[in-house]
Amino acid sequence: MAVKPMLHYFNGRGRMESVRWLLAAAGVEFEEKILKSAEDFENLVKGGNLMYQQVPMVEIDGLNLVQTRAILKYIAAKYNLYGKDLKEKALIDMYVEGMRDLNEMIMYYPLCYPGEEEKNLNFILERATERFFPVYEKALKSHGKNYLVGNQMSWADIQLFEAILMVEELKSDILSAFPKLQEFKARMSKLPSIQKFLQPGSQRKAKMDGKNLAEAKKIFKFD
Amino acid sequence: MMAGLLLVEGTHCINNITENQELKIMSGKPILHYFNGRGRMESVRWLLAAAGVEFEERNFETAEQRENLIKSGKLMYQQVPMVEIDGMYLVQTRAILRYIASKYNLYGKDLKEQALIDMYVEGMRDLYDIIMLQPLCLPQDRKETLRVIAERANQRFLPVYEKALKDPGKNYLVGNQLSWADILLLEFILMVEECKPGILSAFPKLQEFKARISKLPRIQKFLQPGSQRKPPMDDQAVEEATKIFNLEKGLIFYKRRNIQLCPLHGILAEKQSNNI
Repeated sequence: MAVKPMLHYFNGRGRMESVRWLLAAAGVEFEEKILKSAEDFENLVKGGNLMYQQVPMVEIDGLNLVQTRAILKYIAAKYNLYGKDLKEKALIDMYVEGMRDLNEMIMYYPLCYPGEEEKNLNFILERATERFFPVYEKALKSHGKNYLVGNQMSWADIQLFEAILMVEELKSDILSAFPKLQEFKARMSKLPSIQKFLQPGSQRKAKMDGKNLAEAKKIFKFD
Repeated sequence: MMAGLLLVEGTHCINNITENQELKIMSGKPILHYFNGRGRMESVRWLLAAAGVEFEERNFETAEQRENLIKSGKLMYQQVPMVEIDGMYLVQTRAILRYIASKYNLYGKDLKEQALIDMYVEGMRDLYDIIMLQPLCLPQDRKETLRVIAERANQRFLPVYEKALKDPGKNYLVGNQLSWADILLLEFILMVEECKPGILSAFPKLQEFKARISKLPRIQKFLQPGSQRKPPMDDQAVEEATKIFNLEKGLIFYKRRNIQLCPLHGILAEKQSNNI
């Protein structure tokens, strides 16, 4: 009987959300050990299984994986979401690394200085519509296929879908100039594993609000 | 293919080759596009050198040259580093490094070794980025930044690699062969030492590692003066980089407990978390 991957994080999106998306889209059931207090986190650190005393950490296949990218890469490779050869891998890597940049901006957005929300929001939206989305729109347009790389779903597609939803939470009509991305989003939404993850009650976490941020600050001791 | 055919750029004219046509020596060597400094490209230079792969560099010297590169459409996100290799224009440092590591057998023998290598290199990258940005600090923040670098290195990162090497006969971080984790660790050690000489004093295994890896012929060659390795940034180099890159306003200047990445000439830098 296979042991399910165990995710160690707090009850928010943060850096772990992309991992949840990847596992969910791949149809892999997983469990979560949610950190609820500073003490929970300290105990986890003392347990010695966090290579750099940081989370995310995922227990999988006898490994205690840390570092978001290392975790994502392992899962993608294991579940055949990493293309069929080195060149496809390179393309997937280029796509997901760009998406990671966008993802990070959005993740840090709730932490910006008071009074700078609008400036930072505009920056994110500008980057999304001028630097990142055009790349993926163009890729889909150029080959006319359903997925970004090769002819099968990869980590890049799942990461893109997640990124689109997150930017839409900031500006609901952000895809108005990107017809291919709209079709892509509709198509991906229909995949059974993704549909399931989008249902209320799934392990998908909610967008960070003030309360969630306060919780994170308490657990990880930052201000 | 004519031997000795010159690389032609811009406005030169050779025989009946028109202006603006670019002729390349069909050497198949990777071509690195960046400025003449370490920045994010240095790890790529290390990796190629350690793999024994000869490479060319097209270093731009002005903002205009950089903008021309962007206009050429070869930069997926209008950013460098970019490496032309095997018919691709690779961008994003990690994508570039992974491709090279895989191609030249520096990525372990199976998924688990790859995971371990990834954990090691990703860990280094966190502190590496801080060290990379450190020359761009405002002078009043420099001392504190260097202190933080030394503290993080001593407490969070170096112990991990010291521990990984502690078993007798363990010459490399992962498996029993050289991987890109070893190469980047040597690069990392040298960079941290530049910030704080003697930082390895409490890490005997890392001292041995450093000596051992430095002696590998290709690495030795790269460490010689005159190689393609770049020096640390001095004030003049900082000035040039600032001009070339119009160093953009970043997104967030976020102050973490005890850790403050300095504003870069009014540029907001992203912060690395202590814990997440």
